[in-house]
Amino acid sequence: MTKGLKWAVDLVLYLCALFFLFPIYWMITGSFKSQSMAIRIPPELFPSSPTTANYTKLFAESEVVRWLLNSVLIAGGATLLTCAVATMAGYAFTKHRFTGQAVLFGLVIVTMMIPRQLGLVPLFTLMRNLHLVNNSWSVILPVLALPFAAFLMKQFSQTVPNELLEAGKIDGCSELSLFARLFVPVVKPGIGALAIFVFSFTWNDYLWQLIMLSDEAKMTINVGISTLVSEFSANYGAQMAAATMGFIPIFVVFIAFQRYFVKGITVGSVKG
Amino acid sequence: MASRAYREFWGFFFILPFLLVFAAFEIYPFLDAIYLSLFDYGIGRKEWVGFGNYAHLLGDEVFLKSIRNTFLLVLGVVPLSVGFSLATASIVIHKSAAVASFFRASFYLPIVTSQVILSIAWLWIYNPMTGVANYGLSLLGIGPVMWLSDSSVTLIAVILVVITWCVGQPFILYMAGLGGIPASYGEAASIDGASPWRKFWSITLPLLKPTTLYIVVTTTIGAFQTFVVIQLLTGGGPNYSTTTIMYLLYETAFKYGNLGLASAMGVLLAILISMFSLIQFKFFRSDVEY
Repeated sequence: MTKGLKWAVDLVLYLCALFFLFPIYWMITGSFKSQSMAIRIPPELFPSSPTTANYTKLFAESEVVRWLLNSVLIAGGATLLTCAVATMAGYAFTKHRFTGQAVLFGLVIVTMMIPRQLGLVPLFTLMRNLHLVNNSWSVILPVLALPFAAFLMKQFSQTVPNELLEAGKIDGCSELSLFARLFVPVVKPGIGALAIFVFSFTWNDYLWQLIMLSDEAKMTINVGISTLVSEFSANYGAQMAAATMGFIPIFVVFIAFQRYFVKGITVGSVKG
Repeated sequence: MASRAYREFWGFFFILPFLLVFAAFEIYPFLDAIYLSLFDYGIGRKEWVGFGNYAHLLGDEVFLKSIRNTFLLVLGVVPLSVGFSLATASIVIHKSAAVASFFRASFYLPIVTSQVILSIAWLWIYNPMTGVANYGLSLLGIGPVMWLSDSSVTLIAVILVVITWCVGQPFILYMAGLGGIPASYGEAASIDGASPWRKFWSITLPLLKPTTLYIVVTTTIGAFQTFVVIQLLTGGGPNYSTTTIMYLLYETAFKYGNLGLASAMGVLLAILISMFSLIQFKFFRSDVEY
């Protein structure tokens, strides 16, 4: 390649990255623009007279803090419980033998390939019959059943040497302490990757949360923000402030656990 | 040696929590969806109609339009995002580690940011009067585009948004795949006089085949279920030009209360997606050991 062509390719590459980052940049800077500046043409690339008025309005006129808290509790709760359930399942699938094991794992593989949306209506009627409409459990429980979580933990559990558990047995460990004291510490990096996956999955499980949580006090951040589009219609600064509030927490999680994100992606797909 | 009953007990002990939630919130809803699709089912009514819902859907203009839109969306999103992520990864892999992680973060950030948040940002960008998209085009002398209300461009507008969250994962997978190809392969080909293009087509691409297949299938499955961007940007309009199957299902069930009809849509969508998933299953079997 000639030097000129190389420069051109690099330029296109960085412009592409810009295309992906621009909406996020525009959202954050827009949240600091006053109503008149937000709709001005030509637009300001960077707010010359930044204002926090949009945030004041957002906190005064919406339940954004409550929604954030709901999201943290729901995503956090779902993550903790799913990790527990899936780690036990991974352990059972790889270190134990029980009747129906192969059939059950076959079902896990098959259901992994069926879109969850197929069960949307029955899951809704089930939750209604359990009186869980507008209850956080209605959006936590289906996450625990994610077949991918059990599949991922089975993959990680396979890497734990059987000799380790055999040695524990010889030393007289009970079944529970074999699991808690020997197995779990070894498989911890896998649990970390799963935790990140489940947390962001639950945080962004918008459609299901939209169906189950219609009471304003029960909404998650994404559902709540989506209702503000009509409430703050044409007030783009306030809409962007709401979107930014939804962006910051998950961004912080991403920065803090970036390597787990990458690990979760590659382990979940192709080996080697 | 522990007794058989003892081993069975501890096996079930550890699988039981998963077994319960999996049966109640995964298996049961799937089976019940098929059952409910055979009823005219709504608030205060549940009447057996056999395959009536399916017959109705296959003759329903709006549903057929939603299938067409969904396919167009998939056909737009999948080749573009797969081609783009392979091309960028092939270039970025030769850059320094810092540059590589800049691109990894740039492409992955839209996935982390929820689709709801991005859609709201795009709603403003696409505004015909105050949006930055039309301002940018006006600098190039192109007249205002009605991104979300002109049915000849809405689907393109939607595809552009969906692509922003369809590249991050393929890019990371391709970077991992490319990193796993031994440098000696390329060196050997260079000695034999192979051009960079020739090396890419004859060495890199075949070695990335499993990765590509996985990416194509997962992106396709994701694109088939497009919902958020439709709900927030266009509401399926104008004149059903952006109504996807998933959006129509949502409206049918939760706006109009036709739960049986919506279940039938879910079954048809699942059949469509399963055809693609079967490819994935075959691929899983040959390239991943459980």
